[in-house]
Amino acid sequence: MRCFIGIDLGSTTTKAVVIDEQHRILGRGITNSRSNYDTAATVAKQEALLSARFHLFREALGTSGALNGGLDEFVGQLERDFRLEQFLVQLADLEQVCAKSVATARFGEAEKAVSTALGAVFARLRQEAPELFAPGAKRKSDFFRDIAGSRYLAIGEEVAKDSGLRYDFLLNVFDRSIIEVENRVYLDSLAPHLLAALKRTFKALPETAARGEAVRAPIQGVLDMPLEEAYVVGTGYGRARLPFSKEHVRSEILCHGLGAHVMYPHTATVLDIGGQDTKAIQVDPQGIVESFQMNDRCAAGCGRYLGYIADEMNMGLHELGPLAMKSTKMVRINSTCTVFAGAELRDRLSLGEKREDIMAGLHRAIILRAMSILARSGGVRNEFTFTGGVAKNEAAVKSLTELIAENYGKVTLNIDPDSIYTGALGGATFAWRAVMEEGKAIEKREAA
Amino acid sequence: MNTQEIIARCEHLFEDLRFGAVKDWKAAKPGRKAIGYMPIYVPREIIHAAGMLPVGIFGGGDQLEVIQGDAYYQSYICRIPRSTIELGLTGRLDCLDGMLFPSICDVIRNLSGMWQIMFKDKYVKYFDVPQNYDDAIGGEFYVHEMQLLREDLGKLAGRPVTDQALRASIAVYNENRQAVRDLYAYRAAKPWQAPTSELYLVLRAGCVLPPEEHTALVRSYLSEAAKETRPQRDNARVVLTGSFCEQPPLSLIKSIEMAGCYVVDDDFQLIQSWLLDEVPVTGNPLEELSKAFLHHSTSTSSKYDEKKEDKGKFLLRQVKERGAEGVVFAAPSFCDPALLERPMLQEILARHKVPYTAFKYSENTGQMAPIREQAGTFADSIKLWSAA
Amino acid sequence: MSTPIQIVPGTRTPKKPPQVQKEDSMWLQKELINGNYHELATAHEMNRKVSATFVPGNLNELLMCFNFARSLPETNALQNGMRKKSGKMIMDAERDGHSEDVCTYVKADLGMMLQGQVGPTGEALPTPDVLLLSYTGCFTFMKWFELIRQKYNCETVMLHVPYQGDGKISKNMRDYVLKQLKEKVIPTLEKVSGVKFDIDLLRQYMRESAKAEEDLVWTLQSAKHKPSPIDGYFGAVYYIGPIFTAFRGTPEATKFYSVLRSEIAQRIREGKGPVTPEGEHPGEKYRLVVEGPPNWTSFREFWKMFYDEGAVVVASTYAKVGGVYDFGFRHDPEHPLESLAEYCLGCYTNLNFPQRIDMICKYIDEYQADGLLINSIKSCNSFSAGQLLILREVEKRTGKPAAFIESDLVDPRYFSAANIKNRLESYFQMVKQKRTATAAH
Repeated sequence: MRCFIGIDLGSTTTKAVVIDEQHRILGRGITNSRSNYDTAATVAKQEALLSARFHLFREALGTSGALNGGLDEFVGQLERDFRLEQFLVQLADLEQVCAKSVATARFGEAEKAVSTALGAVFARLRQEAPELFAPGAKRKSDFFRDIAGSRYLAIGEEVAKDSGLRYDFLLNVFDRSIIEVENRVYLDSLAPHLLAALKRTFKALPETAARGEAVRAPIQGVLDMPLEEAYVVGTGYGRARLPFSKEHVRSEILCHGLGAHVMYPHTATVLDIGGQDTKAIQVDPQGIVESFQMNDRCAAGCGRYLGYIADEMNMGLHELGPLAMKSTKMVRINSTCTVFAGAELRDRLSLGEKREDIMAGLHRAIILRAMSILARSGGVRNEFTFTGGVAKNEAAVKSLTELIAENYGKVTLNIDPDSIYTGALGGATFAWRAVMEEGKAIEKREAA
Repeated sequence: MNTQEIIARCEHLFEDLRFGAVKDWKAAKPGRKAIGYMPIYVPREIIHAAGMLPVGIFGGGDQLEVIQGDAYYQSYICRIPRSTIELGLTGRLDCLDGMLFPSICDVIRNLSGMWQIMFKDKYVKYFDVPQNYDDAIGGEFYVHEMQLLREDLGKLAGRPVTDQALRASIAVYNENRQAVRDLYAYRAAKPWQAPTSELYLVLRAGCVLPPEEHTALVRSYLSEAAKETRPQRDNARVVLTGSFCEQPPLSLIKSIEMAGCYVVDDDFQLIQSWLLDEVPVTGNPLEELSKAFLHHSTSTSSKYDEKKEDKGKFLLRQVKERGAEGVVFAAPSFCDPALLERPMLQEILARHKVPYTAFKYSENTGQMAPIREQAGTFADSIKLWSAA
Repeated sequence: MSTPIQIVPGTRTPKKPPQVQKEDSMWLQKELINGNYHELATAHEMNRKVSATFVPGNLNELLMCFNFARSLPETNALQNGMRKKSGKMIMDAERDGHSEDVCTYVKADLGMMLQGQVGPTGEALPTPDVLLLSYTGCFTFMKWFELIRQKYNCETVMLHVPYQGDGKISKNMRDYVLKQLKEKVIPTLEKVSGVKFDIDLLRQYMRESAKAEEDLVWTLQSAKHKPSPIDGYFGAVYYIGPIFTAFRGTPEATKFYSVLRSEIAQRIREGKGPVTPEGEHPGEKYRLVVEGPPNWTSFREFWKMFYDEGAVVVASTYAKVGGVYDFGFRHDPEHPLESLAEYCLGCYTNLNFPQRIDMICKYIDEYQADGLLINSIKSCNSFSAGQLLILREVEKRTGKPAAFIESDLVDPRYFSAANIKNRLESYFQMVKQKRTATAAH
């Protein structure tokens, strides 16, 4: 089956989207960008292809009717089991690398104790792994680094305490090992992991095991079907680092415009507020960019501004919006300069203003900046699509909705929960157009 | 009205970004017109003589949310043109029939052309003033420029602006300038009686009130303020300079006073004290206005100092005559004239052993703590020096 | 505001000189510029007086009448910028009390003085004997010379050139400038130089000016050809070098422009595009009009971002800062002082906004450009304040896309290559995509 792939190399995360010949979204993948863009691109693409497989499993199983009524539960369980398998493999890898690290770490007399402690830590990690992927389990992140890291640190601290070992030895080992593991790409692991996962799933859902072959056959069918990468387009800040030729690289402005158009075909104006920049894009009815503006040299009013405020307030980034929503009286914050905003924030706090009211003011301040960039690009036209990390922040959305209504009247506002994939979706659409409309074939990659 | 009532009225006028006072004035008599002007100087006499209301537009202050205005400017440009555009695009300046952009800097100069494009149905004029101070050269140029304005406004008014009307307007503004001079003198003498935050509001009322009414307001403030008994503090007496265009927020002026400074002279509303002496009401009115501009006007960084020796003279005289102990340079961020002038003035002050401090602000500066800190330290150090 | 001078790419990187592409005119130009620095360095030895003045509205022919050696502080700053010396100068000036907010040309100049006034070529620059403050199109000029005057106590003469606020030059404006020339500028220059003014000498220089201007205009307008034989921004900065600075009115400049013209004529015959520092242009894919001065500290890197993508700048407003000649104005030996006044009043930065927008729209039309790029310069409010309105108006009137980037003249801290490249690429791709879309419909 021919697939068209878009990869968006962002400064913090890398996203990939896979679409098919009918321009249906098959899968999405995301990973942290790491220091290695090439790996990030590969991993994101793999993740997207993987999610495409699951999409196809669901389709195949749905068509066969083998799981009548139990489809969602089954595929959900299978995916969790698959993730668990993947996690265990990476965990084993990490254990090995850690062992190597210990050997070269010059712990002196403590070396043996560190090895023992490591053994204990990994045994517990393995043991608790199924819980991490149990139904309803909450994970802060889906990235191996984050899941394994947080648990390693928590367990490591206990183990160190119990054994009287210096905790920083364990920290040191982890820090020296994680990058190697994180940057490893596990090729061709899909089939074995999936079959192993299937066993777990049958065990967890015994009633499906009864229909064993009826379930296994469509899955095997999908597994046997090659997903051919018909064309790949890269975009995003790191795009220049992608090992693609120029033909396969598009600016993120173009991809964002097109991606928003694909998600909402009536989109005329797009606003994207990401970590590092804010973009306002005007697109025509075909999704072609007509004009764009980005925040000027000063990073005022980007997502990073909220990150800075969260640090200042000693809060999590995701806690800011809900706090601001509690506000009853907005405090006007004039500085969108990140550094000044910190000072202004402290000034307001010292004047006795409430935290939630200040937060509401800060959210309005960041949206005011975006409003200016929108005005610069040609204003807000119907329909208006809001994307990027800040689109997930309810207080930001509230301010935006109010300001749009005040300044541009009634406008349809679109926010897709998967808006983080907008750029990658645009890239995939460019890939699709290149082959389906312009008859291009994929070029040989210039590097591995 | 007592002091509090006068100040409350001024504060209301100051905060009213919809310019209700201007609308009321226009509505009182059909056909009335109002002409806006930006800092720092235009000959308001000509507007007044045309039967129109001159309206000072000094930005949007710290209460205006700027959205559209920001769309026209990069981050390295001051705030006043943004908020002024915001005022214009949001219809708040619809009550103005024209707008004058004085020769002050490249930003305001360019704004004049932007205004021509954005507000095509309004009278828009870049108003140049001479940087050559010979009557026969700069003077002649200036008289011609004023004549042009006079003709334009005459057309707008539907009747020519006569010499007689001009002389009458000069007389009106002579009185207004005298009142403002008296106000400054009173504050310098008793800064605790007429705090700068109040003086500032009284001056700002002059942006929207007809001059006759403003003169009366200044006079009544002076007599009412004299009746107050307010505590005298051991504050440092300072001249504040650099705030001639974009205005600091009122809270900043208050912060400086709270931090222990008495502002005994400033350049907030230069236009009201630009001409230093009475302008003769006899003779050719435009020539008299020109002579007053060329030979008896204030000094500021947008105006050329013909000779090296002239630099800083005016500031030193302010310090001396007002009995100031130091100078506070308060300039808007990205203000080229003020910030390029500053090192020259500082060098001269240092030579004359006048202490100074400097900071930047914007009209919507939100954090006052650093300014209080700095002004407070400055005031303390002045007291230490004078004690030593 | 500023004036450009030489682009002698590669002179700082000894590894590369053999590959750098230069035409005869470029060598000639380099000779002229270096010659002028040498003249300045030895002026006082040779008993010559030294003048300093600004590029827009510079009265070069008049200064030559008094035998001044002629320094242009903007040029010194940009030369120091291209030689990567400006960064330290700016920081020195800031340490000396200048705000980070203000013009970096001024700070580079003051910083150079703090460092002992060694000029861009390594030779010392003399203290000027007279500052001719041609106050044309830029408010900062006034402060700049007041600052120098305060430091060196130089004789200073103001020439106030009123702004074309109403989009035209009135008789009053012309008379004002003329009177200042006659009653202020000329007497001061006579006094400082000890040379009596000779109007016939001025006429003689102006005849040379007019010839050179004719060839310059021809050269800049050659970009109307497809493909354009020149780059009207990056390339133009060295074409305008001599005539915008100390050479307008000299026979050397006349010769330079005639050589240049024949070189370009040859390129047109051969159907060639512009010469870039790395050789022949890879092929014209995009034709652009650019508004705003270039960045000097990363000039080559900046230029490369254009030709790598196949972009050619066919016209720029910056190539008009030292005089707008392409709408017919020439220095006129029959009316020498009047035409000096006219020249000053007509400089690009002395035009009002509607005039600037008209000019850009006209360029887009006449040079068949794909769009407008604005390089917004932090230092230069005269250019930059309001450029976003220019962008919007030009898009509206021409239907061609415009893009906006930011940098600075000579402050290396204000040039973000990744940022600019990202925007340029997006812009070029957008132009391309729109073009395909238009072709398809």
